[in-house]
Amino acid sequence: MISANLAAIFYLVSGILFILALRGLSSPDTSRQGNYFGIAGMIIAIVVTFLSIGNFSTSLVYVIIFLVIGGAIGAFIAIKIPMTAMPELVAGFHSLVGLAAVFVAIAAFLNPAVFNLGNIGDIKLASLIEMSIGAAVGAITFSGSIIAFLKLRGIMSGAPIIFSGQHILNLILGIGIFVLIFYLCKTQSSNIFWTVIIISFLVGVLLIIPIGGADMPVVISMLNSYSGWAAAGIGFTLENTALIITGALVGSSGAILSYIMCKAMNRSFVSVILGGFGADSSTDDKKEKKDQKPVKSGNAEDAAFLMKNASSVIIVPGYGMAVAQAQHALREMVDKLKKNDIKVTYAIHPVAGRMPGHMNVLLAEANVPYDEVFELEDINNDFANSDVAFVIGANDVTNPVAKTDPKSPIFGMPVLDVEKCKSVLFVKRSLSPGYAGIDNELFYRDNTLMLFADAKKMTEDIVKNLD
Amino acid sequence: MEIDPFIFRLSIFILSIFIGYYVVWSVTPSLHTPLMSVTNAISSVIIVGAIIAALAGTSESIFNTSSIFGFIAIILAAINIFGGFLVTQRMLQMYKKKKDKKK
Repeated sequence: MISANLAAIFYLVSGILFILALRGLSSPDTSRQGNYFGIAGMIIAIVVTFLSIGNFSTSLVYVIIFLVIGGAIGAFIAIKIPMTAMPELVAGFHSLVGLAAVFVAIAAFLNPAVFNLGNIGDIKLASLIEMSIGAAVGAITFSGSIIAFLKLRGIMSGAPIIFSGQHILNLILGIGIFVLIFYLCKTQSSNIFWTVIIISFLVGVLLIIPIGGADMPVVISMLNSYSGWAAAGIGFTLENTALIITGALVGSSGAILSYIMCKAMNRSFVSVILGGFGADSSTDDKKEKKDQKPVKSGNAEDAAFLMKNASSVIIVPGYGMAVAQAQHALREMVDKLKKNDIKVTYAIHPVAGRMPGHMNVLLAEANVPYDEVFELEDINNDFANSDVAFVIGANDVTNPVAKTDPKSPIFGMPVLDVEKCKSVLFVKRSLSPGYAGIDNELFYRDNTLMLFADAKKMTEDIVKNLD
Repeated sequence: MEIDPFIFRLSIFILSIFIGYYVVWSVTPSLHTPLMSVTNAISSVIIVGAIIAALAGTSESIFNTSSIFGFIAIILAAINIFGGFLVTQRMLQMYKKKKDKKK
């Protein structure tokens, strides 16, 4: 048994180790070390908790059994999960943090004495507010992440679900939660506590269903942030510094990522939350236009010829590449090009993929060295000096309309200037529009050659033709 | 007048938000996915609350209404801790520089 003061110091140490874990991610070189700092912080926090309770009865055996069960499940998932499924995994993990926060809050409400929060029916006011906020945010995180998970997994349609009065309903429920917490503090009634949690579950669902598939990177980041705030709320209840520090770190991390994602799509955070983006809009009238415009299309042979005669090639990968599992074939193609002394780099738009940084992970998995992969602002000027842009699985992020047509829904969004390349190879199954539901002007440019095929098949064919 | 300990915790909280703000901005965009998975793992330090709740049961009733929630929360948080750190490790292992290449 260690004293509360000593325990608090150890919790501070683990909080600092968590800060170092995030700090390590500033470069891939230091990131692995950072991860070990994080693991060390976690071990310290758990061991100190055991020591400070000092209860080594049979309960402890069960705690360890449950810990091992959970750990085994987690390890199994972590080892088995394919990298393309990372967004779902993260959404799923967020839901677990949320639910764990709810359960800890419930446990504290039912047995406040163990947490030094007073007695049943007479819980300290501040603690009651903290635990109900923690529980409410946790519940929203849980149900919201479940919906995000279902949408990303494709079990639920990615199309936004919108009904009239949706926002007013959310507002009323949101205010309702605060009113209920106020009455909870007055009456200490457990029924009100349960009601707060149930309404919060409902709010989580209602918040995420109107958000379309294109906005998923923002949603995941936002839920990341929520899970942090939930943890911080519980941290205040438990008077635990490690939890407060971590909650604040995770909360601000998620908020920054949401901001970056919104900026990359030129969308305001509010408009993402209100949802409805990506619903199909008057497709008929676009189809007619499409028929009139000529499109140049080619085959793998043409593409191979173009690239063989180029001196520099920029690859623009998007989520379609991941869906087609074309990253390994792509790597093979790049290796062949490099053998011919062609300079190859990769250009990544911040919202390529379904979550922040997703494309970088997929390329890393295909053994693409990270120093050949560039972010939008670092590479955008290079397109004008390059011979070939190879767009594979990306669409909206290359659409020049974002720069020229103020009426376009994506106007103002930062895009990759692929059209400035001498020639553009665009691998795509058809001329169908991307997530944003708009036609890509790039298809009809003179310097664009469309390669209509599955991304993986096309890349493999190009590889054959490069010999 | 004595300062309420809550104020100290609030100070830690607010300062940590600032630390988080600056630290996260310095994270390279190519590591944003590992950032999310590792923040996931560390926010599961909520397991300390779950352990306290779970250990509150007496030897006659290890699983009472309060501790059972603690036990379930332990499983949930443990999935996240092991899953989060491992998957982060798996991802970070893949990031390689040009010169590390064997081919």
